[in-house]
Amino acid sequence: MAYDNFVIGIKKSVPVVLGYIPIGMAFGILANQQGLSIFEILLMSSMVYAGASQFIATAMIASGVNAASIIFTVFLINLRHMLMSASLSPYFRKASSLIQAIISFGLTDETYAVDITHLKESAPSASFFVGLHTVCYATWVISTVVGGMLGNMIPDPTRWGMDYALSAMFIALLCIHINDKRDVLVAVCSAAFSLLITAMSGGSWNVIISTILAATIGVSAELWNKKLFLSSSE
Amino acid sequence: MEQKVILIIIGMSLVTYLPRMLPMVLLSKVNLPPLFLKWLQFIPIAVLSALLAPAILAPQGELSIGLDNKAFIASIPCFFVAIKTRNLFLTVVVGILSMLLLQNL
Repeated sequence: MAYDNFVIGIKKSVPVVLGYIPIGMAFGILANQQGLSIFEILLMSSMVYAGASQFIATAMIASGVNAASIIFTVFLINLRHMLMSASLSPYFRKASSLIQAIISFGLTDETYAVDITHLKESAPSASFFVGLHTVCYATWVISTVVGGMLGNMIPDPTRWGMDYALSAMFIALLCIHINDKRDVLVAVCSAAFSLLITAMSGGSWNVIISTILAATIGVSAELWNKKLFLSSSE
Repeated sequence: MEQKVILIIIGMSLVTYLPRMLPMVLLSKVNLPPLFLKWLQFIPIAVLSALLAPAILAPQGELSIGLDNKAFIASIPCFFVAIKTRNLFLTVVVGILSMLLLQNL
């Protein structure tokens, strides 16, 4: 059973892997151009394992920004994962803290999207998450190192549009999660907030603020509906 | 190898791992109020939508809904297939093929 779930996890990693290969390689190439050694690329990908943060931190390192500012920027970018981690927590009440600590290491935007969709349809299984997260993690680390080693020898790996696999994946998973009008409302509000915040302040706060606002709107809409229902049934 | 870079990487790993780990480990040990649980149930849709919107509607940072935005054009068949079939694999294949087509037009 555990083994079956592990294999299912590996199979579900395909869209994420398709996206991580070109983006990981692009990161490796860029990091190499900006002066990071292969060892530093390996260390960063294996210890940090966060795409957007790695791109931004590498650019900041190259332009000589101080360590504290870089680390604080990365902290802001990654705060959004708190919400994803919190939303997974009700499913992991029976798991040990060690298992939770291992699974949460592999939590990225992309693995979260697959995780939470799987939980919608199946019972929580640690093996599933370990299988999915391990493959995605290994793909990221290896792709970035290969990109760093190839350096300028290959053309931009994202030019084929393979990285679009991730956007297509988000589209599919979003549609799978939408079941009623309230869900549509939350999705539309979140998208609008996200675009607005990105336009105003760049892309470090958009996900966390839009998610908090849109989820609050969703709960409010639900409470409002209930109130109407109760008052009309009186 | 520069010591400063190693230090930055260690710092980055801490501020990345803690937000990923702490909520799951801590919140799973307490009984959450029903209203908060309800709120958490809206997180997936809100997160997915917040991540997706800039990627397809403002890939260069500013809103762009025209023929020059390939990510936006490719998302149209993706949405169509996703709503009709609710099939992840099919949507990803349609997305990659659309993008490949757009890149080579």
